[in-house]
Amino acid sequence: MIVRKSAAEIEGMARAGELVAETIALVGEHVRPGITTGELDRIAEEFIREHGAVPTSKGYRGFPAATCISPNAMVVHGIPGEHRVEEGDLISVDVGITLDGLVADSAYTFGVGEIDSGSQRLLEVGKEALAAGIEQARAGNRVGDISHAVQKVVEGAGFSVVRSLVGHGVGRSYHEEPQIPNFGDPGRGPALQSGMTLAIEPMITAGGPGVYLHDDEWSISTQDGSMAAHFEHTVAVTEDGPPKVLTTAKSREKAGLLP
Amino acid sequence: MANKEEKIEVEGEITEALPSTMFRVQIDGGHSVLATISGKMRKHYIRILPGDKVKVELSPYDLTRGRITYRHR
Repeated sequence: MIVRKSAAEIEGMARAGELVAETIALVGEHVRPGITTGELDRIAEEFIREHGAVPTSKGYRGFPAATCISPNAMVVHGIPGEHRVEEGDLISVDVGITLDGLVADSAYTFGVGEIDSGSQRLLEVGKEALAAGIEQARAGNRVGDISHAVQKVVEGAGFSVVRSLVGHGVGRSYHEEPQIPNFGDPGRGPALQSGMTLAIEPMITAGGPGVYLHDDEWSISTQDGSMAAHFEHTVAVTEDGPPKVLTTAKSREKAGLLP
Repeated sequence: MANKEEKIEVEGEITEALPSTMFRVQIDGGHSVLATISGKMRKHYIRILPGDKVKVELSPYDLTRGRITYRHR
């Protein structure tokens, strides 16, 4: 059952979302060759707790850290640790925060220093795909419209959409209905109504769509070793027009992370 | 965190009826899967024919197999 949130809940989620955006911007400022993903996670966790919020990922189904940091061919759910960031890396940072009982979820993939043109294009397409998906999240549309928009942008650019992982409803808990695949046909799936709060998250690869699970039971990487990117926003569907993006912040815009 | 549920729900259309109540389903957005009917649908004697639009559960560990859980009207 897809739960529609009240205006007050959406306001609350927007506050959580602003903190998520600021956390990601903060991590982005620290991403540079030499730093480890573990250190980035510590920075994020400290920031989150300082603001009276709780990192939703920590302890979620046993996940050990506050953020998911996934380098290069790793798509999502990377456990922060000893990986030392290097020039040319693509570092995906996924942050979920619970503030006053409400959850917001967002992600961004940073390119470290000089990255090759293929990686640069992958990042551009990822952001474009997220924007296209968000554009479809309107009352009267269906989940399939979002899925199809993302797929079209990604595959149109010659990249692949990861099929094993999906976006999701969010708000009162981390993962709610509906599932929002990044592939599909328009006009299909559950209908969208105002008040629905969705985490739309294209996960894309430079090669094929296949992924595999690491032995740590969490990290997921591309089967063919190609680079992967991940962009995510939590949005609230409105009565009319485009949805309200909840995971934005002034500081994030300043850091050049639009959207 | 992306949802890596035990199963993904997608929409599709039946392309072929195979022996042993298996069906070939064209999943929206691309690939084709081999799917069985869920127990609940068998229990209620819900018939499925080629051309029907259905909801399919896929395992993230094998995206070529599915379970049909709902037939749209």
